[in-house]
Amino acid sequence: MPVISGSVAPPTDDKRWRLVDGAMRRCGYRASALIEVLHAAQSAFGFLDKDSLRYVARALRAPLSAVYGVATFYHYFAMKPPGEHTCVVCTGTACHVNGAQKLLAAVKERFGLAPGETSADGQISLLQAHCVGSCGLAPVAVLDRELLGRLSADRLADRLSGWRRAS
Amino acid sequence: MPQEVRIRTLTIDGRPVGAREGETILQVARENGIAIPTLCHLDGLGPIGACRMCLVEIAGSRRLLPACVTPVAEGMEVKTDSERLRKYRRMVLEFLFSERNHICSVCVSNGHCELQSFAQQHGVTSVRVPYLHPRLEVDATHRRFVVDHNRCILCTRCVRVCDEIEGAHTWDVMARGWQSRVITDLAQEWGTSESCTSCGKCVHVCPTGALFEKDKSVAEMVKRRQFLPYLKQMREPRE
Amino acid sequence: MIDELEEIAQREQEAARQFPHTINVCVAAGCLSNRGDKVLEALQGEVKARGLEGRCRARGVGCMGLCCQGPLVAVVSGGRPTMYQTVTPEDAPALVDSLEGEPVRRLLLPTDQPFFSRQTKIVLENSGAIDPERIEDYVAAGGYSSLFKVLAMMSPTEVIDEVHRSGLRGRGGAGYPTGLKWSTVAKASGENKFVICNADEGDPGAFMDRSVLESDPHRVLEGMAIAAYAVGAKYGYIYVRAEYPLAIKRLEKALRQANQMGALGRRVGRMTFDFSVDLRLGAGAFVCGEETALIASIEGKRGQPRARPPYPAERGLWGHSTLINNVETFANIPSIIRHGGAWLASIGTEKSKGTKVFALAGRIKNTGLIEVPMGIRLRDIIYDIGGGVVGDGRFKAVQTGGPSGGCIPAPFLDMPVDYESLAEVVSIMGSGGMIVLDDTSSMVDVARYFMEFSMSESCGKCVPCRVGTVQMHGLLTKIARGEGTAGDVALLEELSDMVRNTSLCGLGIAAPNPVLSTLKHFRNEYDALLKG
Repeated sequence: MPVISGSVAPPTDDKRWRLVDGAMRRCGYRASALIEVLHAAQSAFGFLDKDSLRYVARALRAPLSAVYGVATFYHYFAMKPPGEHTCVVCTGTACHVNGAQKLLAAVKERFGLAPGETSADGQISLLQAHCVGSCGLAPVAVLDRELLGRLSADRLADRLSGWRRAS
Repeated sequence: MPQEVRIRTLTIDGRPVGAREGETILQVARENGIAIPTLCHLDGLGPIGACRMCLVEIAGSRRLLPACVTPVAEGMEVKTDSERLRKYRRMVLEFLFSERNHICSVCVSNGHCELQSFAQQHGVTSVRVPYLHPRLEVDATHRRFVVDHNRCILCTRCVRVCDEIEGAHTWDVMARGWQSRVITDLAQEWGTSESCTSCGKCVHVCPTGALFEKDKSVAEMVKRRQFLPYLKQMREPRE
Repeated sequence: MIDELEEIAQREQEAARQFPHTINVCVAAGCLSNRGDKVLEALQGEVKARGLEGRCRARGVGCMGLCCQGPLVAVVSGGRPTMYQTVTPEDAPALVDSLEGEPVRRLLLPTDQPFFSRQTKIVLENSGAIDPERIEDYVAAGGYSSLFKVLAMMSPTEVIDEVHRSGLRGRGGAGYPTGLKWSTVAKASGENKFVICNADEGDPGAFMDRSVLESDPHRVLEGMAIAAYAVGAKYGYIYVRAEYPLAIKRLEKALRQANQMGALGRRVGRMTFDFSVDLRLGAGAFVCGEETALIASIEGKRGQPRARPPYPAERGLWGHSTLINNVETFANIPSIIRHGGAWLASIGTEKSKGTKVFALAGRIKNTGLIEVPMGIRLRDIIYDIGGGVVGDGRFKAVQTGGPSGGCIPAPFLDMPVDYESLAEVVSIMGSGGMIVLDDTSSMVDVARYFMEFSMSESCGKCVPCRVGTVQMHGLLTKIARGEGTAGDVALLEELSDMVRNTSLCGLGIAAPNPVLSTLKHFRNEYDALLKG
């Protein structure tokens, strides 16, 4: 494929760039593959920083501002490194009417975290999602990819404290 | 231009007019001296239909349609002015005034601002929705220009002129919804932009005081856009 | 090719007959989060430990519907299923004991209850009955025979006529007639046309598409391929939420299998028909459910909608004529071809044909996924199938259509569920989320909740939606706090009218609906909160 693209070297010798390179190669360095490539970069590094965005922009020959505009438009993409553990509280409608706000309030009270924040020790990131599609089990939260249903504020707080103690 | 041009006939505000197929309602209205207010639209830039100032009524359609992007159709009956349209246009302006900090008396573009003159024309004397008062930065790091996000109405003329005419694509929009903001490169200070050619086109297409030149008095802050249709024409492939 | 399909189907049925017992364990998302996978492992382990592998197979299947009682297990002996609820891995020995003895009473889930008996399954006919990760299972259930029948015996026009005849309307929300959409794309000029499956299910409280993709992915692929043949498309995309990893995994597997079997790819069914399908992941933007925004997203751009016309049927992906339908719409297609359009048209009401899948959730006893004939009364869904309100609360309203819909109060419970009736009470069919609210919910809070959603999902392109949702949210918050005045309510109504009439796309146009519907049906709750 295009010589210009191939000639852009990753910003560091971190092996994870190979995953990003692989994604770009698979889609022939088309600028239209930007979102797929950002998915690859995020799954490799956990988030997107400016080095990643600059590299992807150069390799796909896309404008820097366009890449930044796309990365920040979609909420699935994180621009900050996540904490060691991630807690996603679902605030979909079913969870809302079944007490999701109580879950968020408990995390705020016990851990001082609002959605979008990471604890100062870098242990816990709190996020909220507009429906994870498990409405039958509302209210739910996803703790490091494990979905917990019919969750009470106490049980959630206990689990988060468990992360703290384990560290 | 192809030799055979298909002609469409329609009425705008009751006046029968002729149009070439593919023309927009706005183009045809302006050719016939009928004024339709526009904010995000600028002759020479790709239309986006975002500000909704140019919404018009079409007989037989429940929806109001933006004149800047809606192509004419045979027999169309367009109404560009009504109590309802005037009300909605006033509300669009009220929304824009409430969204950021548009304080004309201390603005560099006072007297040369499209938002301000529309407010005057449309009789927006007060804003009934609460002001949102965001605190946004003023970036004066560029050698010649300043971007004041407090005055930006997100019309994206700067984004389009930089991409479509200058070809630099320095500008774009980051985030979404009410958090949207125009950015240069990776949302960095304008002065550090790698792609900006400092051509100044963005400044001249900006309808408000969001983009302005340094060291100019309020009286001198007149934006010149004559270059735009000309450049657009010059950039079209010619035989 | 049809012969080969029959061969596969026969082989599968033969193999199945060798097992007197089959244990189906739900491994769709709901039950998985209740350790459905561990239940499956334990059952497989138990079967093996007792040396019963030759007589009994334990396998993962898709959603059986009653998510609140998961993990669900069905033991099928001699063709007769016995269903069990809230099964744990520790229950495995008892369940395997039951193969040759009495059912395990303490876990029994009666299947003669209305939750099961009042449903009509078309889209979900295979859900919970087949292994979604095996194409052979789908084929054995009659899968892909519609596609090959179409390729061998029907012209594209005949296919479109059949869809027309079925009266099928888009299941994504707006209810546009599917046949009409297909014929517009079929008539459009151009060599490169696209078929897109919208699987960007974004309404909070809706998980129909997720369940279909997790439980029966091939059905969607088959529907897409039939559509592609009918409209003359060679390429397809499935735009699926990145938040649905299991659905993505099963789709990827299904695509590989379908390509291998010749149901997708070059020369499908050895005919002169090529159709290849790619997955594209969304990235957390509700507005991408809007056709033109979805197209922008597949093109790698910010997911902002553009003005229509031109519609995607004329100018869509990369400027080419494009057909976009949602998951449930495509999932109806194989059945329409198999049984005929007239058959689907015989189900439902005059203007709303067939069935609709709903996700029941909120303050209701039976939460889960159901499929019911159009025209069924709301009361039957909520009280018969849903089992009524959970706990001590009293029914207050049912919310349909998510942030674009409205809240329907008790006096309307006897109305039929169809596109027109729902619109009459200031709600919409939407994609199928149905959330029951009881008297613990404040309707002003519900309106505020949805406005917050629309505000954070507004793309920001057009002024009315970008600023209007913020302003309406501010007013609703003020009223909910008890600080609002009658003037604020009047202003709220005025803004609702303006945003709905001037916004660029469906998100903004429908954003005021939760406000308008709660103002219409629960104005007393607003008034009670006003100051002075």
